[in-house]
Amino acid sequence: MRYLPLSEGDRSAMLSVIGAGSIDDLFVDVPAEARQAGPIPGLPLHAGEMAVERHMARLSAESLTAGEAPFFLGAGAYRHHVPASVDHLIQRGEFLTAYTPYQPEIAQGTLQVLFEFQTQVARLFGTDIANASLYDGSTACWEAITMAGRITRRKKAVLSGGLHPHYVETARTMARFTGDALVTSAPVLTDAADDDAVIAAIDADTASVVVQYPDVLGRIPDLARIASAAQAQGALLVAVVTEPVALGLLKSPGALGADIVVGEGQSLGVGLQFGGPYLGLFGCREKFVRQMPGRLCGETVDAEGRRGFVLTLSTREQHIRREKATSNICTNSGLCALAFSIHLSLLGGTGLERMARLSHARARATADRLAQVPGVEIVNTAFFNEFAVTLPRDARQVVRDLADRKVLGGVSLGRLYPGDAALANGLLVAASECTTAEDIEALGTALEEVLA
Amino acid sequence: MNDLNPAGWRPAMSADQDESAAVKTFTGNRALHLEEPLLFEIGAADRCGVDFDETPDLPDTLGAFGRKAPLDLPGLSEPEAVRHYTRLSRQNYAIDLGLFPLGSCTMKHNPRLDEKVARMPGFADVHPLQPQQTVQGALKVINELAHWLIALTGMHGVAMTPKAGAHGELCGLLCIRAALEARGDAREVILVPESAHGTNPATAAFAGYRVENIPATEDGRVDVAALTARLGPDVAGVMITNPNTCGLFERDLKTIADAVHAVGGYVYCDGANFNAIVGRVRPGDLGVDAMHINLHKTFSTPHGGGGPGSGPVVLSEALAPYGPLPFTARQADGSVRLVEEEDAPGIHPEGFGRMCAFHGQMGMFTRALAYILSHGADGLRQVSGDAVLNANYVLRRLEDVLDAPFGASGPCMHEALFSDDGFAEGFSTLDLAKGLIDEGFHPMTVYFPLVVHGSMLVEPTETESKAGLDQFIGAMRSLADRAREGDPLLKTAPHLAPRRRLDETLAARKPKLVWKD
Amino acid sequence: MPRYFTQDHEWIDVDGSDATVGITDYAQSQLGDITFVELPAAGSAVAKGDSASVVDSVKAASDVYAPVSGTVSEVNAALEDEPELVNSSAESDGWLWRMTLSDAAELEGLMDEAGYKTYVEGL
Repeated sequence: MRYLPLSEGDRSAMLSVIGAGSIDDLFVDVPAEARQAGPIPGLPLHAGEMAVERHMARLSAESLTAGEAPFFLGAGAYRHHVPASVDHLIQRGEFLTAYTPYQPEIAQGTLQVLFEFQTQVARLFGTDIANASLYDGSTACWEAITMAGRITRRKKAVLSGGLHPHYVETARTMARFTGDALVTSAPVLTDAADDDAVIAAIDADTASVVVQYPDVLGRIPDLARIASAAQAQGALLVAVVTEPVALGLLKSPGALGADIVVGEGQSLGVGLQFGGPYLGLFGCREKFVRQMPGRLCGETVDAEGRRGFVLTLSTREQHIRREKATSNICTNSGLCALAFSIHLSLLGGTGLERMARLSHARARATADRLAQVPGVEIVNTAFFNEFAVTLPRDARQVVRDLADRKVLGGVSLGRLYPGDAALANGLLVAASECTTAEDIEALGTALEEVLA
Repeated sequence: MNDLNPAGWRPAMSADQDESAAVKTFTGNRALHLEEPLLFEIGAADRCGVDFDETPDLPDTLGAFGRKAPLDLPGLSEPEAVRHYTRLSRQNYAIDLGLFPLGSCTMKHNPRLDEKVARMPGFADVHPLQPQQTVQGALKVINELAHWLIALTGMHGVAMTPKAGAHGELCGLLCIRAALEARGDAREVILVPESAHGTNPATAAFAGYRVENIPATEDGRVDVAALTARLGPDVAGVMITNPNTCGLFERDLKTIADAVHAVGGYVYCDGANFNAIVGRVRPGDLGVDAMHINLHKTFSTPHGGGGPGSGPVVLSEALAPYGPLPFTARQADGSVRLVEEEDAPGIHPEGFGRMCAFHGQMGMFTRALAYILSHGADGLRQVSGDAVLNANYVLRRLEDVLDAPFGASGPCMHEALFSDDGFAEGFSTLDLAKGLIDEGFHPMTVYFPLVVHGSMLVEPTETESKAGLDQFIGAMRSLADRAREGDPLLKTAPHLAPRRRLDETLAARKPKLVWKD
Repeated sequence: MPRYFTQDHEWIDVDGSDATVGITDYAQSQLGDITFVELPAAGSAVAKGDSASVVDSVKAASDVYAPVSGTVSEVNAALEDEPELVNSSAESDGWLWRMTLSDAAELEGLMDEAGYKTYVEGL
């Protein structure tokens, strides 16, 4: 078997040294009833590379991929072009097969990348500091809610109606067990984000106000206004960024007064990957550093005075603090953080702005074309690269009909909010620098056919 | 003779060791040992390694929300970026370089077929919210892996969405809590062995439980008498690691499980050490109700410098109804349906809810499935056999020079545990570990589990050759001698790594987490 | 001013109904380099045996238990920038908090200096 180096000769020699007759003898502590006599029955035996590859390739071919069709899906995961060098660099064995950098002397590669990543995220978000990443945007959002609760010693979080429904559901599930109170609402299909409703819900019991920026319908909340209202009541503003490329054109949440900024880094370096693994981004004010969840990398010096990096402030974490840890998270999304960091290094601030400007322009062009389709209304007046439209009939079925014509036309609000009749005709449409004029025309034409 | 050696070259080798130490270079580099500055010291905000199409000028719609100046983020051209990251990579140890004997981490070889398969566009370039009819291949991968995990563990169902082991632990405990609440029997206490990994009590606390410790016996296993004595109507369950963190099989797990079930509680098993028994023991046969599986351990998805992981949780028949959303279900016509919130009231009404956005770590599912298909039932059985063989070989070849607290109690499983007993005064496990770095190995897990003083937990895994093990054993014997004799050079090891020991106190007292001009 | 000691290595100086609490030199030497001290809020009530403070070293976080019950009146602000004071001067400048006692009888059962010294030798 190609992954197992021991030969039968090796095994015999080793068993002699150990003083056991067979490998099975080493399992003497397993109760006889629980020991399988041979390979677990009913399962296939080993296979060569070719057979495995063939099996997986057949399954892969059963999907309609984003590269094969005009593609307009967003809603928390975005398709951007990742430069070819990113995937080559993350596959270097010293990155791919390295472990968590607990022995810093031989992990300066990983550690320096994390320090650079933390700095990039802090600057992107406009926060003082950032951590070395969490699982994804939705769990980062929940971690921010509990962190705000620890800091303010309050138990209520106000969640904007514009927060991604999966993020809301994740928070709702966790809050059921922690006893945190969540104030939530469904989005309304108007061109204004729900700033007024959010502000009206803040009171002296509020620990955090959680606002997505841009929101799930692509609208842009006035974070500065919400931040003032939150801080007036002693609550923290948590801004949630599901599309970091937006920050190439929009002001940073930290600069607008957000106390904690979380997000999903998938857009840069990571790719769609059918939903995972993704990359949780987490930044906040420096004074909250000891309340932060997740790994942190810090700068220091070695015994010869040379600059180096180490994981630090570990006493917040579960392997030391056990029941009193800031989170039970044991990992970061290391390889995804590396991919994000490489992509962002290739872009720089200017490149990110160009990418954002282009994504925005393609989205505007898409909206202009869709506005020409009879029965279609564009909801947003302002958006970055994603906007909502209303169709003359149930959008979910329209999306399926478009897919039958090999057009991936967006995410229906019915898929995100099943059972909410007020949203049933709504469709989210996203574009990026990958979107071509042909794609846009194909969507317009297909939609006209489907709605006719 | 004609032209005598026109280029003038002659071989000349004189080795003077002392000379090398005195050589100073202008760059600070030492041949292939290359120092690399920070991105912020070499990049510039107006440099860019990506070419973009021209953007048309559009009337501004973003108004006051629009940024007035580009972000202050440094950019690099492609050649500079490739060099920056290639140089950084060379300052890392990795499995591809050598043995990585980290106990409980299962640092086995990462097959490159798995990388190839993960990048197939039908898995990598599909959006999680595409209409289900357009992503059947991807859904079938999740469903097929789910079936393998259930079959390998002898369980009834599986939650595929948890993003890592600790997330999986939370999932398992929330299933237990949901099950108890559903029968109106909310309980308060989870029992955890004192040798458990810190995530166990942390997770139990997050799930709203009070944690009580169960002591270990002299032979390194859970004290069954103490545990059963503590059982009562306030105990929601126990969290057991099997094999445990000392590398030993918990022989009495079935007895414990029966006792816990008898008082109406549940058994959570931390599956971090599943590599010891994969393909030859099924936790379901031992009475386990929930167990997370670290795909990045037993099923070799790459560690990536700290993640991402993936922690699916296999569930017993009692707990499966409480598992989270979403999950895959094979339909009568052979297609696979992703069951989300809207289907739940009909077919999964008691699930505890959603743990995260989308459907789980797809990139890890493809890799793990390729790994499992490559090994098959016979290969997986060989995996655990060789893993346990390798660990026992290391144990027996070192126990005369390093104290092995449980060496006399029988074979170990996939990892061997040593202590610092016998080291010279003032010499610690840390010193030996740092000495191992100079020998060209990553240190073993140190100071865990807490139940042994100065513990060293060595897990070679099955992908080490005998020759590789023999070299490691030789290095360890040399280090053990040096630790017992009190070699002062150990206290200042490593000497030969890219960095000497780093000041972690300074990093914690004055945290510098971002670069400032 | 009498000083008492607990088996968990806290010391307490008592002056009427006021007291100052810290950890012993033995404790700081066992903990290693101290990186951070989490202190209770001034004005908060503590009960005997409660964890009132946490002392972090690089790889450990140790609870400091209130030797007696009462109300915290002041905390040692110098520790915010110089946690290392607890290493260099655990039994004087590295004090943690001051409090007013609610029940002086709780002092019974605590050790005196000689008793603590004997206790530590036996560990």
